[in-house]
Amino acid sequence: MEIKGYEPVISIGDVDILEGRRIEELRAASQQPIADPDDWLEAELRRNILLTTVDYAVNWARSRSIFPLMFGLACCAFEMIATAASRFDIARFGMDIFRWSPRQADLMIVAGTITWKMAPAVKLIYEQMAEPKWVIAMGACAISGGTFRESYSVVPGLNRIVPVDVYVPGCPPRPEGLIHGIRLIHQKIMSESIKKR
Amino acid sequence: MTVALDCEQVARRLSQAVPDSVLSLEKSAIVVKGEKLKEVAGFLKGDPDFSFDYLANLTAVDYLDRFEVVYHLVSLTHNHSLVLKVRCYERLKPTVPSVVGVWRAADFQEREVYDLMGIVFQGHPNLKRLFLWEDFAGHPLRKDYL
Repeated sequence: MEIKGYEPVISIGDVDILEGRRIEELRAASQQPIADPDDWLEAELRRNILLTTVDYAVNWARSRSIFPLMFGLACCAFEMIATAASRFDIARFGMDIFRWSPRQADLMIVAGTITWKMAPAVKLIYEQMAEPKWVIAMGACAISGGTFRESYSVVPGLNRIVPVDVYVPGCPPRPEGLIHGIRLIHQKIMSESIKKR
Repeated sequence: MTVALDCEQVARRLSQAVPDSVLSLEKSAIVVKGEKLKEVAGFLKGDPDFSFDYLANLTAVDYLDRFEVVYHLVSLTHNHSLVLKVRCYERLKPTVPSVVGVWRAADFQEREVYDLMGIVFQGHPNLKRLFLWEDFAGHPLRKDYL
C-alpha cells in the first residue's frame, strides 16, 4: 500500500542498526560495580558504639541526675535556695527540681540547726528515701550543732541520727561551697559500684 | 505609734475599780497582785476608757528570788498600751492565774512560759509543754537550769 505524500525517513535496515546501538549503550552504562547498600553502617557504628563498664555507665547516669530533697531547717536554707535559683543555677548538674517528697529524692541536703524535737522527723524522712541515697550536712549546725552545741534542745551533729556523706562547713556556707559539696558527692558516686550497694 | 498610758493614772483608776489590787508602781509598768489579776484583766478589757482588747505579748522573767510574768496590753480602739506585771515568790511550783478566759491569745503564750519557765497557770484549759517534748526534765529558761 502506498500513502500519497509520505516518504519514510529511515529504512527498515536502519531501525535495526539504531536498536542495536541503543542496546550497546545500555550495556555499557550498566557495567559499573553496584555500591554496597550497608556501606553507611560502618561509619555510624564507629560513631555510636562506646565500650565501657556497667558501673561507669550507671554511676555516670546517677551522678548527673540527682534530685535533691528540700530540707531547710534554718538560715542555711536560704543559701540552698540561692544555689537552686538562677544565679548559681544548680540545673547545670542535672539537679533541676528540688523534690518535696522523700520518695522522689536521691540527695538529702540538711541545711540548718536540728533540734531534738525535729530529729525523729529527719530520721524518718531519711528512711523513707529510696536507695541509692546520699546526705549532705550543710553548715556548722548540721555538722556539729554549731553555736548551739551546748543547748538543751539541739542535736550536736547530724551524724548522730543519720549517716552523712559530705560535710559542707560555713555559717552559712556560700552557694559555691554547697556546689563544691555536690561535686564531691558526684566524685563519690563515680567511685561506687552497683555490686556493693 | 501606740501611746503608753501613764501608769499612775491607770493605777488610780484600778484601785477604785478593783480595790487592793495594785502592789507597786514601776516606771513603765503596774505590778498587780496575783489573786486580783483576773479581775484587773477583766476590768482593763471591759472598761470603755481602756478597752485593752489585744494581748500583744506575755512573757516571764526569772530574778532568782522571784518570777515576774509580764503582760503587754494594747488597745486597738484607743491605740494606747500598758504593761502589767505579776510577781510570784514560790520556786518549786510557782502559780499565777490564767488569763485565757479574757484574751484567747494567752493560750499558747502561757504554754510557752510554762514550758520554759515552769510557771503553772491556774485555770488554763490545756497546760502542756509547747516547744519541748513530753518527759523533758526541767525548765531551761530558769536561771538555775544547767
